[in-house]
Amino acid sequence: MPIREDQNRFKNIVKGKVRDDFKKYVTNGELIGKREDEFVKIPLPRIDIPTFRYGPKQDQQGVGQGEGDGEPQQGQGQGQQGSGKGEAGENAGEHMLEVEISLEELAEILGEKLQLPKILPKGTANLMTEKTRYSGIAPVGPEGLRKFKQTYKKALSRYISSGNYDPNDPVIIPIRADYQYRTVKKTQKPHTKAVVIYMMDVSGSMGEEQKEIVRLESFWINTWLKKHYKGLDTRFIIHDAAAKEVDENTFFKTSESGGTLISSAYKLCQQIIEAEYPTDEWNIYPFHFSDGDNWSGEDTRLCVQLIKEYFLPRVNVFSYGQVESKYGSGQFLKDLQKEFGDDDQVTLSQIESREKILDSIKDFLGKGK
Amino acid sequence: MANLSLELEAERKKICQVAKNVGLDCFETVFEMVNFDQISQFASYGGFPVRYPHWRFGMEYEQLSKSYEYGLSKIYEMVINTDPCYAYLMEGNSMMDQKLVMAHVYGHCDFFKNNIWFSKTNRKMMDQMANHATRVRQYIDRYGYEEVEKFIDLCLSLENLIDRYSILNGPTQFNEKKPQVRESDFVFQVEKSYMKNYINPPDVVAEFKKDQMLKMKDRAQFPAEPVRDILTFLIHYAPLEEWQQDILSIIKDESYYFAPQGMTKTMNEGWASYWHSHIMTKHILNDSEIIDFADHHAGAMFMKMGGYNPYKVGIELMREIEERWNKGKFGREWDECDDVKERKHWDKKLNLGREKIFEVRKLYNDVTFIDEFLTEDFCVRNKMFVYKMNKETGRFDIDTRDFKAIKAQLLFQMANFGQPIIKIENANFENRGELLLRHVHEGLDLQPNYMDATMKNLNKLWKRPINMITIMDNEPQLFRFDGKEYTKHSLSENANSQAEPSRKDSE
Repeated sequence: MPIREDQNRFKNIVKGKVRDDFKKYVTNGELIGKREDEFVKIPLPRIDIPTFRYGPKQDQQGVGQGEGDGEPQQGQGQGQQGSGKGEAGENAGEHMLEVEISLEELAEILGEKLQLPKILPKGTANLMTEKTRYSGIAPVGPEGLRKFKQTYKKALSRYISSGNYDPNDPVIIPIRADYQYRTVKKTQKPHTKAVVIYMMDVSGSMGEEQKEIVRLESFWINTWLKKHYKGLDTRFIIHDAAAKEVDENTFFKTSESGGTLISSAYKLCQQIIEAEYPTDEWNIYPFHFSDGDNWSGEDTRLCVQLIKEYFLPRVNVFSYGQVESKYGSGQFLKDLQKEFGDDDQVTLSQIESREKILDSIKDFLGKGK
Repeated sequence: MANLSLELEAERKKICQVAKNVGLDCFETVFEMVNFDQISQFASYGGFPVRYPHWRFGMEYEQLSKSYEYGLSKIYEMVINTDPCYAYLMEGNSMMDQKLVMAHVYGHCDFFKNNIWFSKTNRKMMDQMANHATRVRQYIDRYGYEEVEKFIDLCLSLENLIDRYSILNGPTQFNEKKPQVRESDFVFQVEKSYMKNYINPPDVVAEFKKDQMLKMKDRAQFPAEPVRDILTFLIHYAPLEEWQQDILSIIKDESYYFAPQGMTKTMNEGWASYWHSHIMTKHILNDSEIIDFADHHAGAMFMKMGGYNPYKVGIELMREIEERWNKGKFGREWDECDDVKERKHWDKKLNLGREKIFEVRKLYNDVTFIDEFLTEDFCVRNKMFVYKMNKETGRFDIDTRDFKAIKAQLLFQMANFGQPIIKIENANFENRGELLLRHVHEGLDLQPNYMDATMKNLNKLWKRPINMITIMDNEPQLFRFDGKEYTKHSLSENANSQAEPSRKDSE
């Protein structure tokens, strides 16, 4: 149907709009609230062709019909603004168009915007899954799977090479030897699995805004990683002075008071990896967000040691994001910088505000690990 | 072509016969049974099977199909003004619905054929639309999709700038020559370039040119009369390439084709509803269908609080006219009668009603229809009122039930059929080839951001600055877009001297 062509064109225009205003969508939490499995619903102002038309803001009035109680002040006659063919008084710009965009497309836009490199999964060589597809060709097989085109080609080339081909009378008669059949072909596919382990400091100094930033970041990180790994697991760890594993909802809702012992989270993360994610099968992405306060220098040294000795040999990349808050000193980032300043396997990012989310995502994913 | 089941075809014949018997005069009407996806496509294309490619149809389709999927809306009927007349029935509707739609369609079809405002429309528009599509596709092949699409976007932005009243007279003719100082008009032809300055000395040419420019200032204004048919004017005078001219004229043709439907919405729907009701209840319905019919008819006639339903107003007015002319409630005697009792029982048994409504459907459009037949009795009986935004409460309240106010409000909404009136006043404004538009302000301001965007689009066609005189926030103002910047000048009182005299320059 020709309308499909127009529809696709329209959808492309919409995607272009999303691309143009991408930053707005990245920092807008509402967008993520609306996600449904594979699709994200994005509210867009109706795309309109401008014409000379009446504006809405003047004396809005029209004709209605009904009882009312006759009093000019308090009639029942309140209603939709504008009548008269719905032209006059129709408030332009308020129509919202909701478009569905698949996560895949969203990830592509993200990648395009931030010029993110493709991720190269590690350790895939030793883990392959075997798949069979009917993409091979064999000289024998059941008649039902005979490929006409290939058979014809074979016969044609036999005719031409034997000099029997007559362009004026192009009759080709295949013989048994020309017959070609579809057959199964085994393909080896690398099997890629990944797990993202989010850790977050929920001590008193992390406020609502800070958590919202983490939530937005984690959404985009997931979106990007999902594009590269078929099966993506996510785990969530919150910590103050002690760490525990929680579900996604709790992760973003919990607020605790008390001190901060970062190493507790790292230790729990270590336990989870050891118990469930053998490192030769899984690509592992630990992300840790905090406002940068740690209980003591002692503990920080312990953290550094854990990263160095446990995480780095096992994970793809270890990421730490520091969300700026009024209370946090931000010391932890400095400590890590000192230690891992030029280590390719550790990404550090400082997120001052929502506006910096895009930059920080770029920090995290820009290395293509 | 028609693919109706035997049962439906039998009903169609019956309804067609009844329609003929009651006096409807239709083109041959072809019904097609289509599924939902098809009807959404046709609806997005304004009823036609083929249109030129443009994303706006895709957007329409996306919305229609979504709202159907979610169960928000359903298209029952669609009919297009062609000869033969094509109408679509939707698969899966009940038998009663299909019959209702067919009866309704015959009403529309009669209206298309006989209403005077439709008399000049192209009845072979189906072919024409397909030709338009082919032409646009050819341009796309030659100039690229984006290029053509961009230009169509520009044209659609100006789509409503047509002269709806010229429909009866045929298209506006433009014979005036665009004032332009062309060197070729007074410079001698030179074959050899080295001879150029010798035969046409630059200082003489410059002097001559200046002279010409001065002369042109004294010339009559161009165009001599303000022009409302702006699309046609642009086709003639805007510096467009041939393919652009062609596309603009395609948009213009289609705009004019659809214009009468906008001008007669209330009458057309009222007429069709009147007849589906008559045909169904008097001739077609069987006993088991009557409840469903009443339900669906009421659904179509339902007027939302504060809303305006052309079906409802149309059918009520048609019935009122019929009754008045049946009982002789018209003319001087009736108008002068003040006796409430006498008026109530007035019946001269003239039985002219049927004849009168056929006359009305032939000669009127929505504006004249409301103007002439909306009566005080009618407003009182239908409990009509004018509502207004109450600024204190932020709600809409009933403002008045005064008949004159109601009528004025309705007519205002319909004047120029809901579109602002915009004219080209001067196409050589300030003697610099700028375009001067005037918005005939009738109480409503233009939407400023749309105005700016539209002026920008117009500028892309005209390639010279665009000026627009309008009233904005109770102040006459001149808006100007020169291709880069927007500026505005107040035209009120002392500021009046700013733009007005400069206009005189070219008068």
